[in-house]
Amino acid sequence: MNEVIVEVQNVGMKYQSLNGEITALENINFSIRNGEFVSIVGPSGCGKSTLLSIISGLFPATAGTVLLSGEKVTGTSRKIGYMLQKDHLFDWRTIYQNVMLGLEIRKLVTPEAKDRALKLLRTYGLFEFKDKYPNQLSGGMRQRVALIRTLMTDPEILLLDEAFSALDYQTRLVVNDDIYTIIKQEHKTALLVTHDIAESISMSDRVILLSKRPGTIKNIYKIQLSCENRTPLSSRETPEFQVYFQELWKGLDVHV
Amino acid sequence: MSKQGQENRPHGTKASDQSLEHIGYLRRVRMEKIYIRIIQFMIVVVALGLWELCANAKLVDPFITSQPTRIIKTMIRLYEEGVLLHHIGITCLEAIVAFVLGTLLGTMIAIILWWSKFLYKVLEPYLVVLNSLPKIALGPVFIVWIGAGPAVIIVMTLAISLIVTTLEVLNGFLAIDEDKIKLVQTFGGTKFQVLTKVILPASAPTFINALKINVGLSWVGVIVGEFLVSKAGLGYLIVYGGQVFKLDLVMTSVIILGIAATVMYQGVVLLEKLLLKNKV
Repeated sequence: MNEVIVEVQNVGMKYQSLNGEITALENINFSIRNGEFVSIVGPSGCGKSTLLSIISGLFPATAGTVLLSGEKVTGTSRKIGYMLQKDHLFDWRTIYQNVMLGLEIRKLVTPEAKDRALKLLRTYGLFEFKDKYPNQLSGGMRQRVALIRTLMTDPEILLLDEAFSALDYQTRLVVNDDIYTIIKQEHKTALLVTHDIAESISMSDRVILLSKRPGTIKNIYKIQLSCENRTPLSSRETPEFQVYFQELWKGLDVHV
Repeated sequence: MSKQGQENRPHGTKASDQSLEHIGYLRRVRMEKIYIRIIQFMIVVVALGLWELCANAKLVDPFITSQPTRIIKTMIRLYEEGVLLHHIGITCLEAIVAFVLGTLLGTMIAIILWWSKFLYKVLEPYLVVLNSLPKIALGPVFIVWIGAGPAVIIVMTLAISLIVTTLEVLNGFLAIDEDKIKLVQTFGGTKFQVLTKVILPASAPTFINALKINVGLSWVGVIVGEFLVSKAGLGYLIVYGGQVFKLDLVMTSVIILGIAATVMYQGVVLLEKLLLKNKV
């Protein structure tokens, strides 16, 4: 349960452009243990999403290494599931076909996989919508379909890239709870990138605070809340929540 | 389409509990539709009627303007001579072949240019020049190169429709949300899978648009081609009719042309309904 599953070592990223060089990330070091829920918070443009893309192997860092269960990341890995800001369900596919996308791409569509898809859809209340198209579903349901699509490839680590910020506030609170519960039920490790301090505290075991560009780690907060059966919503009601919020808010040092 | 979507939403209103206001609204919408149809029909009737009356009263010279009854007579005569369907068939066949070829080739070129951004950057200025050039100017060149036969008509049409199709489809490809591509890449998808799983299916509306543009361009190409070389077809009838001053023949051909082009366009609209039903 407690072995380290993601190790980020001295990672740095520089972008080249005609106008010069932009250092997006510098000297990033942290690790994530199996089953942990970790958030990365930082001001916009601090390279949060870049960091996720590097961990997922979409493109290589210009410095340092990322290890997944001890193996160096050189390209996209089957251990990783990625969730983007919008659900990006394909309008031309039914819900069931959307859920099968990852396996189709990896050419892993088997009768067992089909059963698993239907089982997941049933478990998370989407079975009756399996033959509908995405435009017939609400925003929260769509986000749930997107998570199932990611879960279908059975990743060990979920990378959530601002995965809730396209939703309106109320929906977002519900979807936070929804997705958190699903992730815990499926025993996944998760790394969430967000600019929402409250969201990060309510969902995470640890919050990594990045500075503005070039992004470096300012601080890592261990979140310990006094509530049983923790969910994002119940987390928000604990007395410690406000304390962490103040601390992170100060750390974020927002100037407008 | 959108109505069905609403009914399927969890908290959408049901169509069954209709209020009086709603029934009144539906009736107004339906009445407006009927009025539009009636007026559209009246415009045709009045225009044809005036044309016929003016020609009969010698306000205009029917030898130059023709008239509806003469057009119908010409059609019947051509049909009885057994050449009407022959001419229509040849032109339609050319238009359909050119239309299908233009769409397929244009899409293939667009795929190649999407695949290699480098090639696209290299070829971009040439595409701009070719797109601006009035392709009809190349007609004589094609005749010399290919010979005066049906092949020239197809080539002429391709020259007119190909670049437009390519640019239209390519722009559609490039407008697709990068994150959709990223999604496929996070699953380890190859470039070919990005093409087949995202680019092509997401471009269905673009294809339909390209087809609609191509219907018009194909007919332009085919008629110009027939003006240049042909021995048969509606374009040939128009040129021939003009040369021997048979305006009845010219008008008849133009009207048949209009009908044929409309039928083809409606075919594309039908295809659109089938393809995009419920999805977008």
